[in-house]
Amino acid sequence: MNHENRQETATAGADYLTACPDCDLLQYITPPPPLGKTVCRRCGKVLAINTPEDHERTLALTLGAAIVFLIANAFPLMGLSAAGRQVSTTVIGGALVLWAEGHQLTAALVGLCAVVAPGIYIVMIMTILIIARHGDPLPEWVGEMLHGVELAREWAMAEVMMLGILVALVKIADLATVIVGVGMFATGALIVLIALIATNFRPEEIWARTRWFAKGSPVPKGPCPVMDCGDR
Amino acid sequence: MTSGETMAMQLGLALCRHCGLLSKVPEGSREGFCPRCGNKLLFRKKDSLQRTWALIIAAAICYIPANLQPVMTSVTVTGSHADTIISGVVLLYTSGSWHLALIVLIASVMIPMAKLISLAYLLITVQRRSTKSNRERIRLYRLVEFIGRWSMLDVFVIAFVVALVQLKPLMAAEPRSGIVFFAAVVILTMIASQSFDPRLIWDSTHSMEQPS
Repeated sequence: MNHENRQETATAGADYLTACPDCDLLQYITPPPPLGKTVCRRCGKVLAINTPEDHERTLALTLGAAIVFLIANAFPLMGLSAAGRQVSTTVIGGALVLWAEGHQLTAALVGLCAVVAPGIYIVMIMTILIIARHGDPLPEWVGEMLHGVELAREWAMAEVMMLGILVALVKIADLATVIVGVGMFATGALIVLIALIATNFRPEEIWARTRWFAKGSPVPKGPCPVMDCGDR
Repeated sequence: MTSGETMAMQLGLALCRHCGLLSKVPEGSREGFCPRCGNKLLFRKKDSLQRTWALIIAAAICYIPANLQPVMTSVTVTGSHADTIISGVVLLYTSGSWHLALIVLIASVMIPMAKLISLAYLLITVQRRSTKSNRERIRLYRLVEFIGRWSMLDVFVIAFVVALVQLKPLMAAEPRSGIVFFAAVVILTMIASQSFDPRLIWDSTHSMEQPS
């Protein structure tokens, strides 16, 4: 079998060999037509999507998301007034109070899922797309960043947080008057923007333009898995 | 094994988990390095079964105090009372918002349990080398991955209630130890579903030697 030559054409539009990440079935797949997708013929996993990638549009979305993210974190989410007194909280406020009360693990988890992961997700994609404007090949650390993007996405839970805030509001509404703040609307917008970024961003395309690790640099300890190592 | 179905592993090929490049692992070796991104290349996730078992057992242990211990105490002028996750659900229900009560019940109680049972089922069927309903099992795995994050819901609810209700001495809310166990369940089950390798489901279908 001539896998090696087929492999090279991965981005050129011809059939190429790949394995399904979910069931490991080796198969030749045809790149999907525009707006189409190719699925694994055994388990149905989406193997390739062909949404016309528009870096400028995705970059604009990340810029918008970054602004909305700052607003969501800088302004109060909601306030409470009872007996003439007022308190309010921001997104990070939830984590800070938990920390102060001695629940560091929970506080760290809330901070990670509500602020750190979404922030990293937006900033990393923005950085990658800005770098991608400046011609190929992209430096190797872009690859590290793509990995970071995936991790951040897993732990970024703005939509879960939003539902959590709504439940919290209903619970508190029994006790006192609740005032919805700017941060809440910004969080709503942030959820929409993150979802849009996720559907528009195509990491495969960035990977295809990234400088290969094995090229030119000494191969790390252990044998080189060579498959067209220096062939780009 | 159906004719014409070959697993990448059978030909010594492995898909990089990070960048998705398919490359050849050196003959006779069980691992290599991805030539494109430089990450470690493995046929299957490392010690997937043992790690996933360890994580779901730990999560199952934490699940008990997470549900039995109070997650929050509310202090008002009339007195203070502690709420467990279930009593929080009941409170939501009796205060008239049964839909939110249902959402919290599903997210906090049913999703973590469903996740633990599903992962245990997947692990057991893989270990018994089942070749049945592979497609259904992979769908179950995808569902577990998709809904898992929603079990974070109650952690956020507590965090924001506690952050906002700080009008001492009039009223105040304090987090309690149950929430720590609950957070642990969320973290452990999320890592557990990531450490399970769905390709193991298909391995016995190909009736081949497992690289241990």
